[in-house]
Amino acid sequence: MNKEQLILVGNGMAGMRTLEELLAIAPDRFDITVFGAEPHGNYNRILLSPVLAGEKTVDQIMINDLDWYAERGITLHAGREVIAIHRARREIEATDGTVARYDRLLLATGSTPFILPIPGNDLPGVIGFRDIHDVETMLAAAQTGQHAVVIGGGLLGLEAANGLMKQGMQVTVVHVLDTLMERQLDPAAAELLRAHLEERGLRFLMGANTAALIGEERVRAVHFKDGLEIPADLVVMAVGIRPNIALAKKAGIYCERGIVANDTLQTYDPRIYAVGECVQHRGQCYGLVAPLWEQARVCANHLARYGIGRYQGSVTSTKLKVTGVDVFSAGEFSGGPGCDEIVLRDQARGVYKKLVIKENRVKGAVLYGDTIDGSWYFQLLRENTDIGAFRESILFGQAHLGDAGHGGGNNVLAMPDTAEICGCNGVCKGAIVKAITAQKLFTLEEVRAHTKASASCGSCTGLVEQLLAATVGDYSKTSKEKPLCACTEHSHDQVRKTIREQHLTYLRAVFEFMEWKTPDGCHSCRPAINFYLLATWPGEAQDDSQSRFINERVHANIQKDGTYSVVPRIWGGVTNAKELRAIADVADKFQVPTVKITGGQRIDLLGIKKDDLPKVWADLNAAGMVSGHAYGKSLRTVKTCVGSEWCRFGTQDSTGLGVKLEKMTWGSWTPHKFKMAVSGCPRNCAEATIKDFGVVCVDSGYELHVGGNGGIKLRGTDLLCKVATENEAMEYAGAFMQLYREEGRYLERTAPWIERVGLGYVKARLVEDEEGRQALYARFLESQRYAQIDPWAERASGRVDAHEFQPLQQVG
Amino acid sequence: MYDWHEIGALADIPRLGSRVVQTPHGDMAIFRAADDQVFALRDRCPHKGGPLSQGIVHGHRVTCPLHNWVLELDSGAAVAPDVGCATTYPLRLDNGRIWLGLNNVANLSPTVRETA
Ligand code: SRM
Ligand SMILES: Cc1cc2nc3c(=O)[nH]c(=O)nc-3n(C[C@H](O)[C@H](O)[C@H](O)COP(=O)(O)OP(=O)(O)OC[C@H]3O[C@@H](n4cnc5c(N)ncnc54)[C@H](O)[C@@H]3O)c2cc1C
Ligand code: SF4
Ligand code: FES
Repeated sequence: MNKEQLILVGNGMAGMRTLEELLAIAPDRFDITVFGAEPHGNYNRILLSPVLAGEKTVDQIMINDLDWYAERGITLHAGREVIAIHRARREIEATDGTVARYDRLLLATGSTPFILPIPGNDLPGVIGFRDIHDVETMLAAAQTGQHAVVIGGGLLGLEAANGLMKQGMQVTVVHVLDTLMERQLDPAAAELLRAHLEERGLRFLMGANTAALIGEERVRAVHFKDGLEIPADLVVMAVGIRPNIALAKKAGIYCERGIVANDTLQTYDPRIYAVGECVQHRGQCYGLVAPLWEQARVCANHLARYGIGRYQGSVTSTKLKVTGVDVFSAGEFSGGPGCDEIVLRDQARGVYKKLVIKENRVKGAVLYGDTIDGSWYFQLLRENTDIGAFRESILFGQAHLGDAGHGGGNNVLAMPDTAEICGCNGVCKGAIVKAITAQKLFTLEEVRAHTKASASCGSCTGLVEQLLAATVGDYSKTSKEKPLCACTEHSHDQVRKTIREQHLTYLRAVFEFMEWKTPDGCHSCRPAINFYLLATWPGEAQDDSQSRFINERVHANIQKDGTYSVVPRIWGGVTNAKELRAIADVADKFQVPTVKITGGQRIDLLGIKKDDLPKVWADLNAAGMVSGHAYGKSLRTVKTCVGSEWCRFGTQDSTGLGVKLEKMTWGSWTPHKFKMAVSGCPRNCAEATIKDFGVVCVDSGYELHVGGNGGIKLRGTDLLCKVATENEAMEYAGAFMQLYREEGRYLERTAPWIERVGLGYVKARLVEDEEGRQALYARFLESQRYAQIDPWAERASGRVDAHEFQPLQQVG
Repeated sequence: MYDWHEIGALADIPRLGSRVVQTPHGDMAIFRAADDQVFALRDRCPHKGGPLSQGIVHGHRVTCPLHNWVLELDSGAAVAPDVGCATTYPLRLDNGRIWLGLNNVANLSPTVRETA
């Protein structure tokens, strides 16, 4: 038992988060000792504001109580400050003389409130707003004193002022500038905020310079440069924070404004790491938790010696935590050269919204009074989404885009606890909130794992995020590209790029080259990688059937009772007596319990036993039918209407074109399922404008539409272009599918893909770049050479995957 | 204690795959991990009875095909935060042949025999 020694200095949010991440991936690597200057376990500092306002208790904001440390064998020295690091001996020394040796040292000393250098700043009754002790001091002062002065009109100052007012004090906020929260708000929003807070009873002294604090035993007044003096039984300084670097500096670790750390969160001394507000990374110090979570993750990974992942800085957004006041801000909200501003201002409703836009991308947002769409705007900002398609209505919010599901729009806070948030898994609001508090959940992924809410179709993700923000109080998010799954730090796009650049053609090669953390991945990454391999190197990559979801592995849809459904391809929805007879015969012969017409113009045989599948397929094959891929991330159906052949309004042969499109594209694997339709005239009976690729025939040719979705979240298509001939329509369809296949992320349908990359991009690649389009089309046709082999026929012959369809043995 | 039944060869099961053995105790899923270790679980997910043999195998775990619960192959226990357990059965590997240990059916309680 010679474990390495890890010492953490600073028992706060970033340091402890790092330990939690570390324990999750390498529970046995270190003997861990924690020193914390505060005499508590680790608590959620963010929630000190609600504690001050009397909305929460100290017990409710504990993240890791003392038992938590004990259960994990972690030694906690609470209430002991570390006063020296002896780097040569690899020892630290604490206030009470405790000495401890380390192999790795983690500094997470946070920051300290900046105290103005003015006379009287050390009088009793003058404090910052940082820890439980400060809150206790404020609550005690509120018992006896009348007047509180908060110096600083930023986030923290306003939250302190609001809390003290709620505790019954007369509160004056003093700010040197003329506008509040100048780092988050533009003057218009700041003015609305000030007026509203004044109405609630706060007083403001704007443009005021504090000169001295007056008092003998205790502070009693604040004196200003212009001679004004106001009474004060309590003064809270909230004029900024300074990274707490004294300890590191004294030990000779290189510091500037903060402790300088590299992309792995290592300091100048390779045995010493640092995370949190005390860190300066690429010139930047952070004062919000979300970036610190990212640092914690990367740092833990390197402490565990996995050596994967770099921290590359964060973009943050903020919200003010004053109940009843909604303020949101993100990015560069003051504009600049080349920027446009879109502003909505409704004085009567007390609503102000401003977006700063540059080249059709959101660069910044300030919201006042109605912040429901804050997370949406922030997402558009982080993902650099092209907003061209909905720019006119963007300020009306995401709900306005047409949300058939239960996304955005709803004010989740106003819902009762019994309201069902996740329709797929039947999870109500109360259950989610309870899990977040009881299990101390901080991220969407954690909420999904524990409650299943938004873990299925994902349409309620926005609501769950709102609940998370409201419950944890975490108002900030960051910009990192999400890792593909817990087995890796790499994102979808990085994996795909590496597969292409390194010419990787099989799964294990990806695991090895990209240093997967698990020996053989998991159910999320394996199917994704398998798809990227096949899409990138058709004919060359090895298809790994064990990495496919059961439906794609056995080419039929698994049902809730373990039986399967079979949907033969019915080209363009056109069938004949022979096919129908064969289907009827199969239904009789195998006693198929349910035969159903699907929503995709074909016939579903439901409830077939797995061992019968090859026999069913053999009979369908004999009548000329092949797999309909109703189970695959692949081409599904091409829906058609009767068109010019029969219909009195038909302008073109929509049925014929549909059949041709289906013959060209069947069998192809795509990031998610892919549906097409061809309507014979703008009456659009085949519903072409909610398909991934839809054709609407008109007298002069064919309108091509892309990116529609009739599923979870309804999205009408965008018009790509108009063409004159069937051949052009076919070329565009193939090229579009190929572009989606090469660039869409696994399980991302064309609708969210187009919203991410922008219609402009798709047009540039397909419409404006003729050569590029033809090349895409050629690549599509080439890969179809390997794809158009009927998987049913292969298996009905008994030559492929026979083991799938027979039990190994029958005993007893 | 057990009756041992020879159920086939290691090579009959694909790596990171599974095959079903039908027994009087119900269907058993026999798994083969990448390192050629084999495991037997009752082919019923503790969640809603999904056929575990149809899941994706990774490490010494399987993901149920119906709602993605992840179960440990050696103990049958669901990976946190899910809670539940699938019944495990003893397996022996002998010269590339797999043997499955089952309690004698005659010794089973009537209720177990019914559900089997
Ligand atoms: C059989 C069918 C219902 C029916 O009886 O009509 C059906 C059945 C299923 N649909 Fe569907 N969908 C069927 C038409 C549709 C349609 C209508 C259409 O295609 O015109 C839609 C909306 C249109 C669209 O996709 O844009 C539809 C939107 C979905 C969605 C939501 C997709 C989305 O991107 O929002 C899912 C979930 C998913 O894919 O993740 C889904 C998933 C499913 C699954 C695969 C659920 C599952 O994983 O087990 C169901 C499989 C049942 C089975 O074993 O056959 N099904 N599904 C239809 C088969 C059509 C076919 O011939 O292939
Ligand atoms: C009232 C308030 C509200 C906030 N609201 C939000 C919010 O809504 N959203 C948001 O994102 N952020 C918010 N923040 C900021 C957030 O709390 C911090 O970013 C976060 O706590 C920083 O984590 P840290 O681990 O770096 O520092 P801390 O959490 O401060 O932890 C540092 C710990 O190290 C200890 N320490 C320091 N030196 C030593 C030493 N030498 N020896 C031993 N121990 C030492 C300190 O006592 C402290 O406990 C808020 C902060 C405050 C004060
Ligand atoms: S067929 Fe489609 S809509 Fe119906 S239950 Fe299944 S997934 Fe839901
Ligand atoms: S039945 Fe296995 S996860 Fe639901």
